[in-house]
Amino acid sequence: MIAELGHFSLILALGLSICLAVLPALGVYKGQSSLMQLSGSLAAGLFVFILFSFVCLVDAFLSDDFSVSYVARNSNSALPIQYKISAVWGAHEGSFLLWSLIMATWTLAVSIFSSGLTLDMRARVLSVLGFLSVGFILFILLTSNPFDRSLPVFPVDGADLNPLLQDFGLIVHPPMLYMGYVGFAVPFAFAIATLTSGRLDAAWARWSRPWTNLAWAFLTLGITLGSWWAYYELGWGGWWFWDAVENASFMPWLVGTALIHSLAATEKRGVFKSWTVLLAIFAFSFSLLGAFIVRSGVLTSVHAFAVDPERGMYILAFLVVVIGGSLLLYAVKATGIKSDAGFDWTSRETMLLTNNMLLIVATAAVLLGTIYPILYEALSDGKKISVGPPYFNTIFVPIVLVLFIAMALSPSSRWRKTPTVKYVAEQALPLLGSMLFVALCLYFFAASFEWIVVPIVSISAWIFVNLVRDLFAKVRNKKNKFVSLFRQPLSYYGMLFGHVGIAVALTGVCLTVYYSEEKDVRMMPGDVIHLAGYDFEFRGIKKVKGPNYLADQAEVVVKRGGAIIITLHPEKRFYQAAGNMMTEADMDAGIFRDLYVALGEPVGDTAWAVRIQYKPFVRWVWFGGLFIAIGGFVTVLDRRYRMAKQKVAESIGNSGVAV
Amino acid sequence: MSVNKSLLIPLVVFTVLVAVLASGFRLEDPHYLPSELIEKPFPEFHLSDLHQPDRVLSKADLTGKVSLANVWATWCPNCLIEHPELMRISRDENISIYGINYNDDSEKAVRWLERNKNPYEFNIVDDKGTLAIDLGVYGAPETFVIDAAGVIQYRVVGPVTRAVWDSKILPVVELLRENAAGSSK
Repeated sequence: MIAELGHFSLILALGLSICLAVLPALGVYKGQSSLMQLSGSLAAGLFVFILFSFVCLVDAFLSDDFSVSYVARNSNSALPIQYKISAVWGAHEGSFLLWSLIMATWTLAVSIFSSGLTLDMRARVLSVLGFLSVGFILFILLTSNPFDRSLPVFPVDGADLNPLLQDFGLIVHPPMLYMGYVGFAVPFAFAIATLTSGRLDAAWARWSRPWTNLAWAFLTLGITLGSWWAYYELGWGGWWFWDAVENASFMPWLVGTALIHSLAATEKRGVFKSWTVLLAIFAFSFSLLGAFIVRSGVLTSVHAFAVDPERGMYILAFLVVVIGGSLLLYAVKATGIKSDAGFDWTSRETMLLTNNMLLIVATAAVLLGTIYPILYEALSDGKKISVGPPYFNTIFVPIVLVLFIAMALSPSSRWRKTPTVKYVAEQALPLLGSMLFVALCLYFFAASFEWIVVPIVSISAWIFVNLVRDLFAKVRNKKNKFVSLFRQPLSYYGMLFGHVGIAVALTGVCLTVYYSEEKDVRMMPGDVIHLAGYDFEFRGIKKVKGPNYLADQAEVVVKRGGAIIITLHPEKRFYQAAGNMMTEADMDAGIFRDLYVALGEPVGDTAWAVRIQYKPFVRWVWFGGLFIAIGGFVTVLDRRYRMAKQKVAESIGNSGVAV
Repeated sequence: MSVNKSLLIPLVVFTVLVAVLASGFRLEDPHYLPSELIEKPFPEFHLSDLHQPDRVLSKADLTGKVSLANVWATWCPNCLIEHPELMRISRDENISIYGINYNDDSEKAVRWLERNKNPYEFNIVDDKGTLAIDLGVYGAPETFVIDAAGVIQYRVVGPVTRAVWDSKILPVVELLRENAAGSSK
């Protein structure tokens, strides 16, 4: 009964989303404010009904209703309760319901926090968001209904959630990622609303900025969590695989990064207007493309959902309508836009343009690598090929290194024109200092001296030094220097956090790639293995019983210079319901190094294959990601945007409700 | 209304992209090989053995009986996922599995097999991916069913699970063996 209510509620939500897509737009067209005013209550209704529908699905999982096929496929009566809830978005149908719920949440948020917008602008934006909701909900109802029952015969117990997904990381990773993906719908809606209204001024950029930053911060967090999950859950210590689905989340992130920078230039200087609108369309397009890649089955991957060509066809048709339609609108409406100001090639505008170009080239490289298998197959008469990490590392790494150099140079550049000679001279010292510092650190602390590490990590240090220098330059002429260190606008701190995060992540990536050590060994109880200055003693195996699995649990004592540091308990788990084996690695996490122990197979009576890894600075990769995300969140809180709202309202109000 | 032509570029690029994506659809289940590629002979190759680098393997080593050829790599998470099932097949089912170690580092591959156990009769080192290209490998893992004459009879893209073995591979293997037994009588 509950499942039917959920289904019915979803159908009602579809009705409301159609109203939201049509009525306010009609109001704008006819100039009727009563219709435009409906947008707020329709957005609220849409949210309530989708939320109810989602709660019904959660209930079906919690009450072990295995007559609902989706529950039977992805849950089990012995599954711990937190995983019963996360199993709701553990597979295609439920995860898309979550996607739609998040879409409705963003829509509601826009309607609540849009008091500064004019009535017609608000109606346009919400109408676009409503249209997107129509597409998403219709997709669920037509091709992927999670409420379908298998009656009269249904299984006594469920097939269980994939053990890889029974993990904290997978409880939070998809919601964060979807907040990011779907969040790009908001700047997209603003871009479309602006194009249709024909008022392509800096105001829309000011309006889009906090929303874009928020969505982008969530996406950053989602990707970081995904990488962290892969590291500890897949049991072999990797953290990025250039998998098609990882790329699907990385491309909108790259474009989103370009967008937040380009929005800054548009808002502050009134330049790149038309380009920024295009990027806003692109960022959301890549989110949709990601959904297509993950759910259509045209590419196989670790993450591939149950594939179904019909779903792929639907999403492709939706892509054509949404992206094709908005690009057409762009081609027609973006003519005759002029920049408000010119700039010199040494200016900050040029820096931001470089940033944008490199990010777009990087995105194109990732896109090419991701869809090349399909392209190749089409051109070569059915032959197939796969593109692996070597391609991405060769193409992507040089591009981002150039990008990072531009990043180091940018904070102290000036709008319009930077005094070149003085500026170049100012860079020499921090750069040389960074290189010397890194070289000395490697010489004294590293196990071996890797030449290639010096320039790469130096870029990180250089970025950091320049940011600190910029912060101090800002307070140099202030009366109370110490206080004004903390009195900068929040968006400035956001930028600091974001850029420091990149420097931290770059350091982590470089050092962990070049200095990791690993050993795969056969160990008997009492055996000691020496790795990177640590002694790992294997004490033996005992049987452990979990809620829905049995495990062989090893005891590995880690010592350094005779002193015990930690005892690790890696496991080999057997999940009974689906008959899956899973390796559960255990690790001692630290700021400067992780010690990582994973259990292989038993070899002989008491001996086991064990993999031991020493991974220096690997945490920095995710610390960096976290910093970047915090930067995004902090920026959103900047007072300027709240004041800006009023200003925008005035400026648009003055120009009148043009239709 | 006059339209600035350069503004149309994104739309044109997108149209091309859609064409590429649409061509990715095969209306049958994309996890299985399009029918025109079945019943082609296994491609010729001369590559070394993973555990005995001096030994050169060729197509002749794969023929003579119904067998499985499994494309795998240490960088492929799904290979790790399907590995227990391959171990089970090599233990419980009467069929040889040959490994094709694809785009990989041989040292790592040897260690990977030591750690996870080795279900393969031998492993072909395809570090340049040449054999994989001839086979039209789409991504690791992939598994081919080869008959006694060295002709590819079936192909699975993605991990071999118990369900895939029971419902897809085993029926093909049994059919091939029956046919072989029938023709030799």
